[in-house]
Amino acid sequence: MLSDIAFWGIGLVAVLGGAAVFYVDSMARATYALALSFVAVGLQVLFLQQNYVGVVTILMMVMEMAIMAVYMVMFMGMNPALMPMSMVHSNKTAIAVAVTTFLALATGILMVDWPTRRGSPPPDVTMALGESLMGPKMLVMAVISPVMVATIVAGVVLAAHRTRYDRFGDDLKQRPADDPQPGGVGR
Amino acid sequence: MADPMPMTDSPITTVAPGWAIAALGILGALAVTAAMLDGALAARAGGGPGGKMGGPVRPFGEAARLMRQRRRTTVEADRLLWRIGGAGLLVVAALMVTVVPLGEWTIFDLDVGVMWFNAMDVMVWALVWLTGWGANSAHSLVGGYRFLAHGLGYELPLMFALVAPAIAAETLNVGAVAAAQEGLWFAVWMPVAFLVYLLGVAAFSVWGPFAPAIGTDVSGGARAELSGVDRLVFEAGRYALLAAGAAFAVPMFLGGGAGPLLPGWAWVLVKTVALLAVLVWLRRRLPAFRPDKFMEVGWMLLLPAVLLQDLVVAVIAVWRS
Repeated sequence: MLSDIAFWGIGLVAVLGGAAVFYVDSMARATYALALSFVAVGLQVLFLQQNYVGVVTILMMVMEMAIMAVYMVMFMGMNPALMPMSMVHSNKTAIAVAVTTFLALATGILMVDWPTRRGSPPPDVTMALGESLMGPKMLVMAVISPVMVATIVAGVVLAAHRTRYDRFGDDLKQRPADDPQPGGVGR
Repeated sequence: MADPMPMTDSPITTVAPGWAIAALGILGALAVTAAMLDGALAARAGGGPGGKMGGPVRPFGEAARLMRQRRRTTVEADRLLWRIGGAGLLVVAALMVTVVPLGEWTIFDLDVGVMWFNAMDVMVWALVWLTGWGANSAHSLVGGYRFLAHGLGYELPLMFALVAPAIAAETLNVGAVAAAQEGLWFAVWMPVAFLVYLLGVAAFSVWGPFAPAIGTDVSGGARAELSGVDRLVFEAGRYALLAAGAAFAVPMFLGGGAGPLLPGWAWVLVKTVALLAVLVWLRRRLPAFRPDKFMEVGWMLLLPAVLLQDLVVAVIAVWRS
C-alpha cells in the first residue's frame, strides 16, 4: 500500500517535472526540471526491482544535464542561455501534434485486447532484462557500438573548423601543436 | 506492487531506519574533525583565509561568525536553484554514507551500492554548477564552469577506479566488496585505482588541487556570493563530502572493518579518520590543477592508467576463478 502511494507520487513528480521543462523561462530551470523528472523515473525503476537500471538512470541523466550546461554556453550564440527565454516555439503545430498523438495512443490503449500474464517474474529481473536485450542479439550490439563511436568521431571531425594542418603546421612538424586551448600534457 | 529494492544476501546486517540519525551524527563528527584539522594546519602554515582565527577551534569561530552574518542578496538571482545547489552537498554526502557499512551494520544494504555512491558523486556536478549559476554573478558562474571543466576530467577515471574493486569482488554490494578482501586489501594490489579514487574524492569535495572552482582569483568562484548560513552549509557540505569519500574508501579499498583487537566498527572509524587526515593534509601539499588543462591530464594519463589497472584486476580475477 505504502509503496503503491510512493510509486504513484514519484510518477506524478516525473510528469510534472517534464511539464515544467516547457513552462519555465530559463535554460537552467528547464534543464534541471528535466533532471528532476529523470531522477523520479529512476526511482520508479527501483520499484520495478531493476536496481541497477534505476541507479544508472539517475547517474547518467544528472551528468547529462550538467553537460547540457556546458553546451549551453559553448554552442548557443550570444549566450541567450544566460538570459530568461521562452522554452517553446511553433506552439500551435506542437499542440496539434501532441493532442493528436495523445488521442491516437489513448485510443489504441482502450481498443486493444490486453494479453493476460504468462509465467511469473524471474528472481533476478535485471539479469533477465539484460539477457533478453543482449543474449540472442549480441552480434548486433557488438557491431552497433563501433559504428556509433565512428559516427560520433566522424561528426566531430567534419564539424571542427580546425584541421591537423592548423595544429601542426603545413609540414605537420610543429610541436607542440598550435591550439587555441593548450592541453595539460603538452602535446 | 512488490516492495522496492530486495536485498541480496550479504555478510552484513541492515539496521532499523532510525539509526540513520546516528550515521548522520558520525558523518557530522567526521566533518568537524576534518575542519578542525584543517584549522590546525592553517595555523601552522601561518594563518589561513580566516586571518587571526587559526588553530583547531577555527571552524567553531567561523560557524558562529557566519550564523550571525546578514544574508547577501544579488539582483535577479535564481534563488530556488541557488539554495538547492548550496544545501545539496550536505544531502548528497549523507546519501553516500547510507551504503557504507560500519563494521557489520549498514542502513541501506543496496545490491548496487557502488553505483549508488557513483550516482551521488555525479550529483555534485549539478549542485556546484547550480550554486555558481543561481547567484547571477559573473565570478560565481565562472567558478561553476571551472568545476564542470574539472568534472569532465576526473569523473571517468573515478568511475573506472570504482570498477576495479567491483570486478575483483564480483559484486556491486559494498559490504560484499569489503568481505572479499580477506587477507589482502584492494588498496595494496590495485594502487592506481586507489590513488585515482582519492583524487576523485578531492575533486567532488572541491578540495585542494580541485579548489580553483572556489578560488580566490575569481573572488571565491561558485561560493562568491554565498553568505551567512548558506555559506556555512556549503562549506559543511564540502567537509562532509570529503568525510563520506574517505568512509567509502574503507570498504572499497582498505578491507572494511578487518583488523586485530578492535571490533569492526572501530576499525572502520579509525581507517576513515586516518584517510580523512591524509586528504586534509594534502590540501596544502598539492598545486592547483588548472581547469582549462586538467581534462587532457584526466583523459590522456589517468584514464589509460586506471583502464590498465582494471585490465590487470580482471585478468587476475579470471585466473583465480
